[in-house]
Amino acid sequence: MTVARETNGCLRSVFRTEGVTKVYDMGEVKIHALRGIDMALYAGELMVLLGPSGCGKSTLLNILGGLDTATNGTVTYRDQDLTRADERALTRYRRHEVGFVFQAYNMIPSLTARENVAIVTEIAENPMTPEEALALVGLDDRMDHFPSQLSGGQQQRVAIARAIAKRPSVLLCDEPTGALDSKTSVAVLEAIENINRGLGTTTALITHNEVIGEMADRVVRMSDGKIVDERRNDSRRPPGELEW
Amino acid sequence: MKGQSAAIAVVVAAGVMILIVFVTTYDALTLTQKRFYEDQRFADVFADLKRAPNHVAGRLRAVDGVNHVETRVSAPVRIEVPGFDEPVRGRVVSLPEEHEPLVNRLYLREGAFPPPWRADAAAVNEVFAEAHGLRPGDTFNVIIRGQLERLTVSGIVLSPEFIYQLGPNDLVPDYKRYGVLWMRERGLAKAFAMDGAFNNAVFTLRPDALSERVIELVDEFLAPYGGIGAYGREDQLSHRFLEEELDQVRTMATVLPVIFLGVAAFLLHVLMGRIIRTQREQIAVLKAFGHTNGEIAAHYALFTGLIVCAGAVAGVALGAWVADGLARLYMEYFRFPEVSFRLQGWVLAVAVFVAGGAAFLGAYGAVRSAVSLPPAEAMRPPLPERFQRGLLEQSTLWARISQPTRIILRNLSRHPLKSGLSVVGIALAGALLLVGSQLFRAIDHMVDFQYRFVLLMDIHLTFTEPTPERAARELLHKPGVRYAEGYRAVPVRLVNGSSEYQTSLLGIERDSRLRGVVDAERRPVRVPHEGILLTTYLADYLGIRPGDTVEVEILEGRRRMLPVPLAGVVEEPIGVSAYMERRAVNRLMREGPAVTGAWILADNELRETLFRELRDLARVDGIGLVGDAERAFRKHLDDTLLAFMGVVLFLSISIAFAVIYNNARIALAERMRELATLRVLGFTRFEVSWILIGEVALLTAVAIPVGWGIGVGFAYALNQAMALDMYRVPFILTPWTFAFSAAGVLVASVLSVVVMSKRILRIDMVTALKTGE
Ligand SMILES: Nc1ncnc2c1ncn2[C@@H]1O[C@H](COP(=O)(O)OP(=O)(O)O)[C@@H](O)[C@H]1O
Ligand SMILES: [Mg+2]
Repeated sequence: MTVARETNGCLRSVFRTEGVTKVYDMGEVKIHALRGIDMALYAGELMVLLGPSGCGKSTLLNILGGLDTATNGTVTYRDQDLTRADERALTRYRRHEVGFVFQAYNMIPSLTARENVAIVTEIAENPMTPEEALALVGLDDRMDHFPSQLSGGQQQRVAIARAIAKRPSVLLCDEPTGALDSKTSVAVLEAIENINRGLGTTTALITHNEVIGEMADRVVRMSDGKIVDERRNDSRRPPGELEW
Repeated sequence: MKGQSAAIAVVVAAGVMILIVFVTTYDALTLTQKRFYEDQRFADVFADLKRAPNHVAGRLRAVDGVNHVETRVSAPVRIEVPGFDEPVRGRVVSLPEEHEPLVNRLYLREGAFPPPWRADAAAVNEVFAEAHGLRPGDTFNVIIRGQLERLTVSGIVLSPEFIYQLGPNDLVPDYKRYGVLWMRERGLAKAFAMDGAFNNAVFTLRPDALSERVIELVDEFLAPYGGIGAYGREDQLSHRFLEEELDQVRTMATVLPVIFLGVAAFLLHVLMGRIIRTQREQIAVLKAFGHTNGEIAAHYALFTGLIVCAGAVAGVALGAWVADGLARLYMEYFRFPEVSFRLQGWVLAVAVFVAGGAAFLGAYGAVRSAVSLPPAEAMRPPLPERFQRGLLEQSTLWARISQPTRIILRNLSRHPLKSGLSVVGIALAGALLLVGSQLFRAIDHMVDFQYRFVLLMDIHLTFTEPTPERAARELLHKPGVRYAEGYRAVPVRLVNGSSEYQTSLLGIERDSRLRGVVDAERRPVRVPHEGILLTTYLADYLGIRPGDTVEVEILEGRRRMLPVPLAGVVEEPIGVSAYMERRAVNRLMREGPAVTGAWILADNELRETLFRELRDLARVDGIGLVGDAERAFRKHLDDTLLAFMGVVLFLSISIAFAVIYNNARIALAERMRELATLRVLGFTRFEVSWILIGEVALLTAVAIPVGWGIGVGFAYALNQAMALDMYRVPFILTPWTFAFSAAGVLVASVLSVVVMSKRILRIDMVTALKTGE
């Protein structure tokens, strides 16, 4: 952490967490998913969160994204204390500030690609048009296709377009390539990289694929509910060069 | 699952219940009637005459086919009960001096029969005694032929002859103002100037006897003694009305359960199928663990069986309870010693078989398609459902529709069959609601029609015998009388070929102000100088049209057959009347200008005084208040027909709720992931709820008019099946009827949405979006 603070001292943090824990009470047993997380996410950076399955990555991202609340500790988004936000404030937060991308694309099957994006732009404050968003992920020729008519990678790119169409401050991606083969994954990662570079959207990306860490500004490693390592890349490798 | 299974059980219960209620009530009434008739030796043939010496009885006994004969004195009386100021009419029937009657025996409820040879004791019909709180030992007065007699109540009785105790001019029983009494023969005969004679005879027949033949022979014997025509049971007042009520129950007991069970079976089929389709993943898991298709089928068969059993048990319990209550309500009108109530095995079997069969069929189809999937495929979250652009997108409005609404429209149009079935299911419930509300409305309309357009008088007087017409004019001088009008009523039999109908021919003034004679559009019909007017129902029944001739058999005094032309038809929902100009009736009867009763319009304030004066008029033998009659009639309908319909309405709403709730619950299960995604995207709970609420709302909106259509058909079928002699419910549809059906469906939708919205609020995004890792 000291390293990060020195080198990024001049950067504005978008998220800051202090002593965040998450305990799932399963009746007989308590699962400690997060055991005290102190970290920050800085404006404009692309951070990759690495770690084995079940170590708490998704839990952390869900808390940052306002889908879940911490058991203890504080999460600050800009000047807002998310741990104290009520249901309405969290909904507003998700609506205007965060873009989410999941492993399972979570398309609305009854809406076309364009409409899947439009459903967000309809309620956002300063959105781009669905067409612009889809052009950013290279899907301008598939706008009137339904999810069932799109491949997995295409669906995931629609999901990214949907996440960024509202021009969110942060883009949170939970294993966006988890269900895709490597070639398709590259296209999806390129879309994310484009957004991060082109729009300057602060991005956190979860993966258990070490290679993907190379496209990040910073790689944070988790194990068993704790941050165990943090490393800054000297330079980001474009996703097109990654191979696995 | 609990909620959905419960909703299905409700549908089963509703279907089973309705069948049990109707069939059991009908069965209880007919069974009770049959037993009572047998036990009390209810007569097969009845005869009224002017007067015959007692020795004629022996000749009647000898008539071929007759089993037992009882000759009696039967006298119209006025009754004065202490503490009740209004006019009370009644009839006293004689009992043989020293033994129980051989025919039409009395059933003793309390006290004793009048002691032999006592002229001052009477047995009182139970309903009348109850209405006035009369107990054995109490005393009251009767006026027989203008002579006041003081009587002591010896006992409270029931009679098969007066199960339906109805006054001569009443449509429905009025227990306070009409009563039947029994006295020993000698005392009554003396008071009624019938010493050593009788004016009424009742017969039971041998099993092989032909009642038409006996009636002919009896008529022949009694003609010299002023016999006015013997008649069979089917024309006996109490029996006829009882039969009509039973017919009505029978009609409802056939039509309604068929509709209802049909609807329930259809819904069960659909609901069971759906509930199982939402469980395809569990089915796949079970298969993956090595369960055979047979085991899985057995599991669902058990599941279905449990739901059907739970529903059937609830339906039987509720049905028996309601049927018992309804049968008891009917007993208020039809006095039987006890209700013979039984649950018949076959009714249970039919109800459970139909409900169970439908549920199992629905379950079978769904389980079969679920087990035919290879387990791996079934466990994978289903691929994004296939959608296509279609007609929807071509509409110019489409561009302006928000995405959430597009989701609703696409989901519904993607599964036209499923959506269609939901619509039909909700519509059927709406249809049943329409049937119920139209009946309520139509009955109200019918009673209004009768009392606002036909019976315009306040008071109805009957005279002991034909009286000079000035008697009616003299009434104008009585206190509080604003207007009075005489009429001439003659008992007649109308005959056309083989159809005949016994009724009362009313001779009324040509410009009668107190008896409305109107056509279907409620326009006044002028009573012609010659010829007869019949109610449409009667003309149809006899099969004659204006211009045809009907044979009128006069059943008073000297009996004759006279051909009379049918001058026109009139509309009258209640009763079966025939009208002629009064003087034309007088000519028919070959008499001077006479009346047999009068109608009065009177001031309310002076009523008490007026009653007292009317009561003291020797020739008045009956005073009826039309307002009371209307109230009694409405209460009667409320307690019988409308009580049934109340049950139907309640069940319809339950069914509507069950269908809509189930539909919404299944939609919720199917869309959970979508809804959670929308929450992640920043949609509020309310906005997310709209996807489901909007779907329910849209289905409901489409179902309402469809339900109207089906309901009109059902209502018409029921209406046609229910035309009775006593009254004919008009088939009228008002905006109110439609509004009621719509409101019922809406209430059910709102309820289901409210119950379900709790679940929408509890959607947990993280759990809902978890990928099967
Ligand atoms: N809703 C939940 N209820 C109970 N335990 C949970 C829940 N979500 C996650 N967990 C547990 O918390 C731990 C961390 O899970 P997660 O954050 O999903 O891990 P990762 O995303 O790193 O694979 C795991 O042990 C997981 O089983
Ligand atoms: Mg995870």
